[in-house]
Amino acid sequence: MQAEAAGTPNLAHHFPSLEQQEHAARMGMWLFLSTEILLFTVLFTAYAVYRFLFPVGFEDASKLAHVAMGATNTVVLITSSLTVALAIYYARQGESRKTVALLAITIAFGAVFMVLKGFEYYHHFVEGQLPGKYYHFEGLQGPGVSMYFTLYFLMTGLHGIHVLIGMGVLAWVAARAARGDFSRSYSTPVELGGLYWHLVDLIWIFLFPLLYLL
Amino acid sequence: MFPSPASEASYNSPNYLNAEKGVRSWLTTLDHKRIAVMYLGLVVAAFALGGFFAMLIRIELLTPGPTIMDAMTYNRMFTLHGVIMIFLFMIPAIPGVFGNFFLPLMLGAEDVAFPRINLFTVYLYLIGAAIAVWGMIQGGTDTGWTFYTPYSTTTVTTVAPVLLGAFILGMSSILTGVNFIVTIHTLRAPGLTWMRLPLFVWAIYATSIIQVLATPVLGMTLLLVAVEKAFGFGIFDPARGGDPILFQHLFWFYSHPAVYIMVLPAMAVVSEVVQAFARKNIFGYKAVAFSSLGIAFVGFFVWGHHLFTSGQSTFASGVFGVLSMFVGIFTAVKVFNWTATLYKGAIHVAAPFIYFLGFLYFLMFGGLTGIALSTVSLDVHWQDTYFVVAHFHFIMVGATIMAFLAGLHYWWPKMFGRMYSERWALAAAVLVILGFNATFIPQFLLGNMGMPRRYYSYPEQFWPLNVASTAGASLLAFGFIIVLVYLIVSLVSGRVAGPNPWGSRGYEWNTPSPPNVLNFPETPIITRGAHEYQDAPAGEVTHAS
Repeated sequence: MQAEAAGTPNLAHHFPSLEQQEHAARMGMWLFLSTEILLFTVLFTAYAVYRFLFPVGFEDASKLAHVAMGATNTVVLITSSLTVALAIYYARQGESRKTVALLAITIAFGAVFMVLKGFEYYHHFVEGQLPGKYYHFEGLQGPGVSMYFTLYFLMTGLHGIHVLIGMGVLAWVAARAARGDFSRSYSTPVELGGLYWHLVDLIWIFLFPLLYLL
Repeated sequence: MFPSPASEASYNSPNYLNAEKGVRSWLTTLDHKRIAVMYLGLVVAAFALGGFFAMLIRIELLTPGPTIMDAMTYNRMFTLHGVIMIFLFMIPAIPGVFGNFFLPLMLGAEDVAFPRINLFTVYLYLIGAAIAVWGMIQGGTDTGWTFYTPYSTTTVTTVAPVLLGAFILGMSSILTGVNFIVTIHTLRAPGLTWMRLPLFVWAIYATSIIQVLATPVLGMTLLLVAVEKAFGFGIFDPARGGDPILFQHLFWFYSHPAVYIMVLPAMAVVSEVVQAFARKNIFGYKAVAFSSLGIAFVGFFVWGHHLFTSGQSTFASGVFGVLSMFVGIFTAVKVFNWTATLYKGAIHVAAPFIYFLGFLYFLMFGGLTGIALSTVSLDVHWQDTYFVVAHFHFIMVGATIMAFLAGLHYWWPKMFGRMYSERWALAAAVLVILGFNATFIPQFLLGNMGMPRRYYSYPEQFWPLNVASTAGASLLAFGFIIVLVYLIVSLVSGRVAGPNPWGSRGYEWNTPSPPNVLNFPETPIITRGAHEYQDAPAGEVTHAS
């Protein structure tokens, strides 16, 4: 066990083989992602409860959301999932330069998403479409309207934080790829970073219809 | 029948304790055993702090009316007691200490799957504890550990740091859970099939599932309370359309399963202890193993029994009440199997075994009052009285403390290579069990008489029983101090234990005491289930490899 470990870089001493270590890392990541989903589940539950309590308020308030920007962002994020998946593919092929380029494109898509999201926030802010007691938009008043914006900002805000973390993770992975850490036999971090990015994308795919379309 | 290998055994050196020297080597260690020892120090310190506040509470309740503090101070005291005991002691204690130390040893592994994340959980624990305690000193939360809205979002005290601290402690707990699940899946030694896993591992596995699936919900909920308190977003504020009951649902969705995060590891420990001290393998292995998963599963569907008087529909209350009783069925399966394991066993009466008996008693008494409480019509009478306080102290604290002490006494020789004074240990065990009863049996009676919880004052008719409870608490504290003293003495001058002072056949005993840095000289190959004593010659120490 020790001798084998000594002969294989990237293999920790307590794992008998690289495959087993990769299996463990992937499993740990999936478990972690399930905790992330449960984190958002609280907000989805709150959304369901308040939508049920204030069906009209939520319907009216969601018309104030900027569908065009939201839809653009959806396309941007889905495309970025494609680029990150390609990055994983090339990492497994041992093509580090393509991996780095694709990761950089993914991060750029993430940045575009955040900028568009910033514009949306700016518009809501100027109009006074804000959470709870800060809501002062004259054009729409009624029960549940301010609660919609409470949830809108909490959900998209938490998601935005995840986008930023995801960009950071991918930047770190890209730096390692540029340094030549990955090869045909070892590319686990690229895959784990990609999994995280897919999660960020997936959550948005639920947020978009709930907050913009329904 | 039980060998005393101390005469011929010598202290195993070098081992994980003396392999590296200096504080730095401890603070940066990735060794699961050293991390476990650090957790031991931390949770014992937390327990002492929480116990100190408990004593202050009991002293305040010694007389009707103000005794040593005013109402606000009292509210802060019981909040401090609850937060520290639950988030800093009960939840991390057994997984953090015994889980970290013995899970890899029982699996025949060199470490947990993610050693760096393991160390990270210790630091998260420290940061979370520091923030929470700092908040307590700054303004002191007076909400109780449950942080019920809208009180927690409107009170003048400082709630946010405590919430943030609990959130970070939750992250520590989640990562421990993830680590253990992956370890059990990927690092079992050759030949260690799922049906040969020690029962400790099964129960820790069930605990980890709850930690991973429930804790994020609490984390997010507490963050929402903090946001609400800081910015007034109105999410739980009825004045802005918010629903305070939603908070209770979200809170108990974690916090009820959390009591199984506390009690399942206790069941894990006693499943090992009962086999080692009855010198017999468990009666009904599969039933005990799967009932742990059963408790973990059903535990997710019972949270509503905390809301019987919160305006939940009668139908929902009935359903939650019945589901709660299912927990009793799975628990009873375990109790019957442990008892049947004793039957015709060669019982060795030592401190861990006394604690096992104490555990059974507290689990039964506390569990049966739990069944009574899950009956809606009875609960309406007992809601928020000392009956509930006594109930959850019996089952959550009594049972968990018993198991923690059982595990500590059973595995102490393995962890530190030295024995403690058996006579003092027996005396302390009796004292702790008596003290616990003397503290909480009066509280069952007080609650049934209608004394509400969380008040610093009470009418005169409750006086005698409150004096009895405070006297019992003093006895209990005295017992814990004795334990602390003789264990510290044992570290310095206890006689050398040898690899297996109990003659146990658990896999973890196939190592020297204390174990080496890499646990096993070579990867063990498992050819039998743990604790199969039938074919073992008396006192034999087998090496699986």
